[in-house]
Amino acid sequence: MKVLLLNMGLSLVITSSTLLAQTPVDNIEQSRQAELLHLLIQDCGSCHGLTLKGGLGPALLPENLTGKPVSFLTYTILNGRPGTAMPPWKGLLKPEEAEWIAAKLVKGVQP
Amino acid sequence: MKWLIFTLLLLSNTLFAQGTGDLGIIIERATGSVKVIENSGNSTLGTITGLGDLSHASAVYSRDARFAYVFGRDGGLSKLDLLSRTLVKRVMQSGNSIGGAISQDGKLVAVSNYKPGGVRIFDAETLDLVADIPATYGEGNLLSKVIGLVDAPDQRFIFSLWDAGEIWVVDMTDVKNPKITKFKQIGKNPYDALITPDGRFYLAGLFGEDGMALLDLWNLQQGVRRILPDYGKGLKKLPVYKMPHLEGWAIAGNFAFVPAVGLHEVLVINTLDWTEAGRIPVHGQPVFVMARPDGRHVWVNFAVPDNDTVQVIDSLSLKVIKQLQPGKGVLHMEFEPRGEEVWLSVRDKNKVQVYDTRDFSVKAELFADTPSGIFFSYRAHRIGL
Repeated sequence: MKVLLLNMGLSLVITSSTLLAQTPVDNIEQSRQAELLHLLIQDCGSCHGLTLKGGLGPALLPENLTGKPVSFLTYTILNGRPGTAMPPWKGLLKPEEAEWIAAKLVKGVQP
Repeated sequence: MKWLIFTLLLLSNTLFAQGTGDLGIIIERATGSVKVIENSGNSTLGTITGLGDLSHASAVYSRDARFAYVFGRDGGLSKLDLLSRTLVKRVMQSGNSIGGAISQDGKLVAVSNYKPGGVRIFDAETLDLVADIPATYGEGNLLSKVIGLVDAPDQRFIFSLWDAGEIWVVDMTDVKNPKITKFKQIGKNPYDALITPDGRFYLAGLFGEDGMALLDLWNLQQGVRRILPDYGKGLKKLPVYKMPHLEGWAIAGNFAFVPAVGLHEVLVINTLDWTEAGRIPVHGQPVFVMARPDGRHVWVNFAVPDNDTVQVIDSLSLKVIKQLQPGKGVLHMEFEPRGEEVWLSVRDKNKVQVYDTRDFSVKAELFADTPSGIFFSYRAHRIGL
């Protein structure tokens, strides 16, 4: 039941963010994009590895993320994963910024 | 002619002879290289390249303090010669590793791995594999990530299992038959550990629950004790953007200073009875909490978004007496052997700064490409480093 509710919650989020989805890149300043990429490599990298091949946290290369939509990844970045070491980043990132990072991960990051 | 060359060689050996006691390395994590430095005149001697993915890399030293063993995130184990500034040997020993240790007799180098979870032990001279210890748990087919690997007296290695919540003590007296003693249910998700400078107590921090796990190596039959069981209970913790570290030399006098998890506090523990002796409010979530070698001051750096700042705590008054702002990405600190200066890596400025620990002035600045860990050769002769 819990799982079902969580799934429903997730799919609600997924649906709503899909509806709202514009290309997030459009609304984010170039300089902020550079900061986000830096954060992705350095700070996500402290658990997931600078090359995103994994560490304390799982690998985040495109092949590891197949079947995980950007909206799901965005949700995970913003809210973390309770019961694991993945923290919620919503205190530091706006939703569209998390989405920008998620989209970057799916495409593959060139450090 | 032969004799002439021989004499010249002998002469040059004497003329250019160099000690290694004031040498060290700085990890350049993005470029997979290290800077070799000396801390008497605070200068860079050279760069060694080709070390692979060095995010979260650390190092230990051979007992002659000439060779550094660098543990890379990609599972690479590299042996560097500080005198010739060369990469002597490099082996890919796993898919994903986190740190290492060198044995009491200096003959074995152990590496803790995330993938496949476990510890591998190598001959320090040749880097040949000597022992493979998979961190099995549960029904025996799961492998745990391993953290907090340290050396201990009596030719032992100690480490913790992140996924399994266990502490293992491995006696390597007989290299062909490692003797493993396992302590189970020590707490959820140990994230790092330290061994006290005398090599007696192994202390593991827990990410998944409150308190810390303590093992007294002089009384192994006593098992693992939980200390500070009420610490943090009921408090709403902040998101942890970076795992804190525990290091052997966060011990000053009778106090151990450790980073609190998910709180803007440094925790003070009385090492005589392992009870809480105080909490010091600090600027952010502490990552490294390190005592100056004499224990008089304790330096603290912080997780994002506060990683541009460093604070200094007076170990007598337990108050913050100084706040510095070296710049974004202060990732590591290393004291000179007797503590008159401390080196700070400032990642986003591509710089290492050397501070005077008495008046907090900047004595030197060295260029390094996205510097992280700084490791000086005096670690060669310290238990747990």
